[in-house]
Amino acid sequence: MSVQEIIIPPAREITTEPRRSDKVFRGVVTTGGLSSLVLLGLIALFLGYRGFEVLRQEGIGFITHSDWSISTDDAGNVMDSHFGLAAMLVGTILASLIAVVIALPVSVFCALFLNFYAPGWLKKIMVTIIDMMAAFPSILFGIWGFLVLMPSVEYWAKLLHKYLGFIPIFKMQVPVFTRSPFVAGVVLAIMIIPIITSVSREIFSQAPLDRIQAAYALGATRWAMIKAVVIPHGRSGVIGGAMLGLGRAMGETVAVFTVLNIVFQINWQMLLGAGGNVASLIILKFGDASPYEIKALMAAGLILFLLTLVVNGLANFIVKTTGKSGR
Amino acid sequence: MMTSHENEKEKMDTTVKPSSLADVAQSKSIKTPGTRAMGTGLETRGVHAWFGKHHALSNISLDFAAGTVTALIGPSGCGKSTFIRTINRMHEFIPGAAMAGEVLLDGKDVYAPGTDVTKIRLQIGMVFQKPNPFPSMTIGENVLSGLKLAQLKVENKDELLEESLERAGLWSEVKDRLSAHGGSLSGGQQQRLCIARALAVRPQVLLMDEPCSALDPGSTLRIEETIRHLSDTMTIIIVTHNMQQAARVSDYTAFFLSDGGPGQMIEVAPTSEIFSRPQDQRTENYVTGRFG
Amino acid sequence: MSAAVTVTPTKPWKASKRERLTDVAIFLVAIFTSFVIVALTPMQGKLAYFAIFFIAYALLTSIFKATQRGSAAAKDALVNSLVAIGAIVTVVPVISILATVLKKGLPGISFGLFTHDMALATPTDPLNNGGILHAITGTLTLVVIALILSVPIGILTALYLTEIKGRFTGPIRFLVQAMSGVPSIVAGLFILSAVLYPITKAYSGLMGSLALTILMIPTIARTSEEVLNLIPNELREAGTALGATQWRTVAMIVLPAAKSGLVTAIILGVARIAGETAPILLLTGGGDKVNPNAFNGPMGSLPYYIWKSFNAGSPEAITRAWAGLLVLVGLVLILFTMARYLGSRKGAK
Repeated sequence: MSVQEIIIPPAREITTEPRRSDKVFRGVVTTGGLSSLVLLGLIALFLGYRGFEVLRQEGIGFITHSDWSISTDDAGNVMDSHFGLAAMLVGTILASLIAVVIALPVSVFCALFLNFYAPGWLKKIMVTIIDMMAAFPSILFGIWGFLVLMPSVEYWAKLLHKYLGFIPIFKMQVPVFTRSPFVAGVVLAIMIIPIITSVSREIFSQAPLDRIQAAYALGATRWAMIKAVVIPHGRSGVIGGAMLGLGRAMGETVAVFTVLNIVFQINWQMLLGAGGNVASLIILKFGDASPYEIKALMAAGLILFLLTLVVNGLANFIVKTTGKSGR
Repeated sequence: MMTSHENEKEKMDTTVKPSSLADVAQSKSIKTPGTRAMGTGLETRGVHAWFGKHHALSNISLDFAAGTVTALIGPSGCGKSTFIRTINRMHEFIPGAAMAGEVLLDGKDVYAPGTDVTKIRLQIGMVFQKPNPFPSMTIGENVLSGLKLAQLKVENKDELLEESLERAGLWSEVKDRLSAHGGSLSGGQQQRLCIARALAVRPQVLLMDEPCSALDPGSTLRIEETIRHLSDTMTIIIVTHNMQQAARVSDYTAFFLSDGGPGQMIEVAPTSEIFSRPQDQRTENYVTGRFG
Repeated sequence: MSAAVTVTPTKPWKASKRERLTDVAIFLVAIFTSFVIVALTPMQGKLAYFAIFFIAYALLTSIFKATQRGSAAAKDALVNSLVAIGAIVTVVPVISILATVLKKGLPGISFGLFTHDMALATPTDPLNNGGILHAITGTLTLVVIALILSVPIGILTALYLTEIKGRFTGPIRFLVQAMSGVPSIVAGLFILSAVLYPITKAYSGLMGSLALTILMIPTIARTSEEVLNLIPNELREAGTALGATQWRTVAMIVLPAAKSGLVTAIILGVARIAGETAPILLLTGGGDKVNPNAFNGPMGSLPYYIWKSFNAGSPEAITRAWAGLLVLVGLVLILFTMARYLGSRKGAK
C-alpha cells in the first residue's frame, strides 16, 4: 500500500443563530441565575459600606479587643466609643465547636444505624423525623432549650465539673453554670444533628456495594466491614457535613440568644455562665442602639457573614469533591 | 486485538463443533476426588432459595468432593449465582431472602443455629464477577485485608503475603510494588489480587462467580491456570457462561436450567461426560449451542 | 412437576429463640444493674439510670460475644450498641420538643385566640384577652410576598443550572450553596442597611419579606435543580428534535413534567422561612394589631409574637408563647407533610 498523504481539514465551526424568543429566554434565565452572585456581592458591599467608619476607627482592634461601650452627650453626639468583637468571636467559635464535637459522633452513628442496621420501616420513619427536625424553626429550639433542656444540661455540667474538673477544659473558678457556652453548645448540637446526619447518610449510601460484599465474603463482621469500606469512603464527606453544621451553628441567632449569658470578656471556660456570640450581640444591642452603634453592628454582621461564607464554602467544596470521587 | 479475534473464532468453533469441547475436557489429567487429606469437602442437600415470594432455586443436592473443580453452567437467570451465594451465606444480605435445605461443610451444617457466620465465610472464600480490591488499601494490604477484617493473628505476614500472591500467580508481577494502590493494576491483575486476598485466609473452598467475565482473553487464561494449580489444595466451585472455560478447568460440571419456574439442576457428571455424552436432551441442546 | 414434599422457605440467619432469650436476659440484667448501682451510689436522675443501663448492656453483650466468638464479634457488638445510642439520642429531642409544645401549648389554644389580635391586650394579661390573629395574618402576608419575590428568582436560577448550563454554572451553583449558609441575622442586617435606612426609613412587612426572600431563594433553587435534573434528557431532545425552540421545550415539556417537584421545592422553602425570627425582629417592627398593608406600618408575625410573649416572662405570657409555637409548629408540619406527600407521589410515578 502506498503511503498517501491525508489532509485533515480544520474542524468546521458550528454556529447557530437562536430565535429571538430563545435569546430572550436565555437572557432572562441568565439574569435570574446571576441574582445569587449579585445578592451576595451586595450583602458584603452594604455591610462593609455601613460598617466602614467603625472598622476604620477601631482597626484590627475590632476583632482583637473585647470591650463594647459607647457614651454620648445629651445631644446624642458620640463622645467616646470602644467596639471590640473578640469576646463574641471566641464565644461563637467555642459554642459552635462544642456543638460539632457533640453532634458529630451522634450523627455518624445515627447515619450508620440508618444505612446498615435499621430495618426498612424504621429507617423510613427515622429519616422523616430527622428531615422534619431540620425544618423546625430555631425559636422553637431556643425556647425548648431554655425551659426544658437547660436544667438538665446544667446538671450534666455540674457532673462534668465535679468528676472531670481536673481536665483543663472543664475547669472553672466561679461555680456559675447557668447560660454557659456549654448549654448553648448542646442546643446547637441538637439543631445541627439533622444536617450532619443527612450528609453522612447520603455519603455512606454511596459506599460501593461490591466492596461491601467483598469484605463480608472475607469473614468480616458488620463493624469490620464498615471500618474497612464505608469509613474510608465517607471520611472526607463526613468532615464536610460537620463543617456545614459548624457554619449553621456559627450563624444561629435566636436559639443561642435565649440560652446564653452574653458577657464582654473573653471566656474559654465552657462550663462558666458567661459567653459571647456575634449574632446574639446584634439582637441584644439592636433595640436601643444609637446610629453610630448600629454601624458597629453592621461591621459585626460583615465579620459574621465572611466567617460563615468561608466555612460553608470549604464545607461544600469538600462534600462536592468526595461525592464525585465516590461515584 | 489479535487475541480477541482468536477468541471469537474459538467461540464460533465451539458452537458448531461440540465434539471439540469434549476433547478439551478429556485432554487434561483427570482427578479422582477424596484422595488427599483435605476433609470430606462440601455437600448441599435439597437447597432451595427464595427472594420474597419468588422461588429462585429448587432442590439442589450436590456433592463437591475435596480437591476438585466443579463448574456450574447454564443460561442467565437459572440460579447459579444464587446457589453459590447460599453456600457461603451471602444470600441472606438480600432483603426478603429465604432458603431451605442444608449446606454441609465437613459434615457440619453452615446454617445450624449458633453458627458464627463470619467463620463460615473464612472457610468458604469467594471471588466476584468484577474485580473489587479495596480502594483505600495498597496491594499488600489488600492481600492481607481478610486477616485484618476478621482479626486473625498470623506469625509471618510477609511469608503469607508472598505465598498468597504466588498461588494466585501474581507475585512476580507485583513483588516490587506492594505498596502501590490496588487500582493501579490492570483488570486481570486486580482479579488475581482478589484471588490472592481470598487465599490469604486459607479457605477450604473457593467460590468463583464468573471470575473472568469482565476480563480479556489473555487474563482469562492466566486465571484458568491459577484455578488448575489451586485445585491441588482446595475445593473450587466456578460459575461460568463460557463452556470452553468449563471444559478447560473443571473436573465436574453441573448444568442448571430454569423453565420459567425456579432454577433446577438438570444434570451433573464428570466434565468430559457432560460435553461428550450428556444424558439429558436439554443439556445436549445447551452444550451444543442450540440455545442459551 | 412439583416435588411431592412441599418445602417451606426458612431464614436460618434470623436470631434463634435461644439467642433472643439471651438478648432479653442481658437486657434485663442491664436494667437491674442500673437500678442497683443508682440505689447504692449517690448518683441520681434519669440520665444516671440511662447511662448505667447503656454501659452495662454494651459491656455485657460484648463480653458475651467475646466468650462465644472472639474479639472481632465483641467489637461488633459494642458498635451495635453505639449506633443504637446514636439513633436514640437523635430522636429523643424531637419527641421531647413535640411533646412539650403540645403539653404547654394546648392550654393556651382557644377559639378567641384565632379571632382577636393584641391591640387591646398585653402578653401578661389573662389568656382570654387578645389573640394571634394579627400574627397569623402577618406571617401569611410575609410569606406570600416572599414567595412572589423568591419563586421566580429561585426557579430561574435552577433553570440556568439545568437548561442553559452557561459558563457561570459552576460559580453560580457554588454561590447558591454559599447563600444557603448566610445567617438569617445577616440577611436582616443587609435589608436594614440597603433598603430600610436609605429608602423606606420605616419598619414594615415588606422589609421582613425581603430578608425572607434572600433566605428562601437558595432552598428553592437547590431543590428545584435536583428536581429538574431528574427530568430525563430524552424529553428535552424529543422537544428539540420536533423543531421546538429551547424556550418552548422548557415551558411546555420540562416545567410541566417537573411541576409537582417544583411545588415541593416551594413548600420546603416556605417551611424554612415561616418560623424565621432574627430578621423579623430587626425589620418588621412587630405590630400588635392586624395590619393588611405590608408596605406601611409595623407588621406582627408568629415568631415576633412568640418572642415578645416569651420575653415578657409571666406565666400567662409563657403560655402564650407556647400556644404560638404550637400554631407555628403545626403550620410547619402541615407544609412538611404536603412536601413529603407530593415528593413521594412524584417518586411513585
